[in-house]
Amino acid sequence: MRYIALIVVLLSGLVLLYTEKDLPPWGDPNSPASLHVSPKYLRDSLQETAVPNVVTSVLADYRGYDTMFETTVIFCAGLACFVLLRVFKVERKEAHYRHKATGLIIHVKVPNLLDNSSEFERVDTMWVPHDLILKTMCRFLIPFIQLFALYVVAHGHHSPGGGFQGGVILGASIILLSISFDLRTGLERVNERSISLMSATGVFVFTGIGAICLFLGSQFLNYGILSKILGVDPVMSRSWGIFGVEVGVAITVMAVMIGIYNYISSEGKLDEGL
Amino acid sequence: MGWHVDIIILTLVVITAIAAIQIKDLLATAILFGAYSFMMCVLWSIMGAVDVAFTEASVGAGVSTVFFVAAIFHTTRRSQD
Repeated sequence: MRYIALIVVLLSGLVLLYTEKDLPPWGDPNSPASLHVSPKYLRDSLQETAVPNVVTSVLADYRGYDTMFETTVIFCAGLACFVLLRVFKVERKEAHYRHKATGLIIHVKVPNLLDNSSEFERVDTMWVPHDLILKTMCRFLIPFIQLFALYVVAHGHHSPGGGFQGGVILGASIILLSISFDLRTGLERVNERSISLMSATGVFVFTGIGAICLFLGSQFLNYGILSKILGVDPVMSRSWGIFGVEVGVAITVMAVMIGIYNYISSEGKLDEGL
Repeated sequence: MGWHVDIIILTLVVITAIAAIQIKDLLATAILFGAYSFMMCVLWSIMGAVDVAFTEASVGAGVSTVFFVAAIFHTTRRSQD
């Protein structure tokens, strides 16, 4: 069976290599992809949308519909992880607690016994003692990571970046917090309720901006009409519309990344993580 | 010079891809996937697609490796059956 699979894979590889010679050379200005709409985007993007980075203007304005459903796909991925992995009935039979003053770890077989005690704090079963350097470094790094993520979201008009990348980096900063401390620390900052709310909010912001354009009397996601309420000229309002949409994408992506990490690392119990 | 870098990176992509399939240790596979994504990211940026390279670096090399490791953390070294 393995050999049949190998032969099939080799054959399809050969077919791919055979068809490869009909593809246009890389960067060929006469290839079909470079002849129809690409020159128009490259020529008119700056005049029409006031966005120097053509990738962003194509992604969020000319092909805004695609990006809207990409965001919906990300939302659905988070929803699928929630439905498949989340376990609601968690019966905890035992727990580990650390005495804050002495650092002594005790193993309690009565569930939730010391959860509200001020002298003890809960630690994971796989807890590793006193990773002070790691924690301090992460605590020091996380604000800078988040600042960089905000820069990536806001500066997507002029440099590579945008909602997807910035959202992933924002999510990664919270994931780093959950890894370096523990899952409960991460959940204290961004709890499950706000994760669910934010992952829906991002899609809502994106479609909401599209719907505002519709109500103002233009096409769906045609940001030029936003000039009526923003008080700037249509070209600049396109730029603002792109920015609003990117923020929506970033919110969804961030929330979904944190959510997927939480469900995977805690087997859906959101109790003890990696 | 750019041509040589292309060839080296492409070779590394193929090597990491084959190694990720062949190797038995799951954690090593996750790390090799990260290396693969990083090489792809370098390839994208060589070709001038900086936005795609950025996405590949943050999603492929960063977060998906974390997801893999988080999932592998809940597996055991030997199979139960």
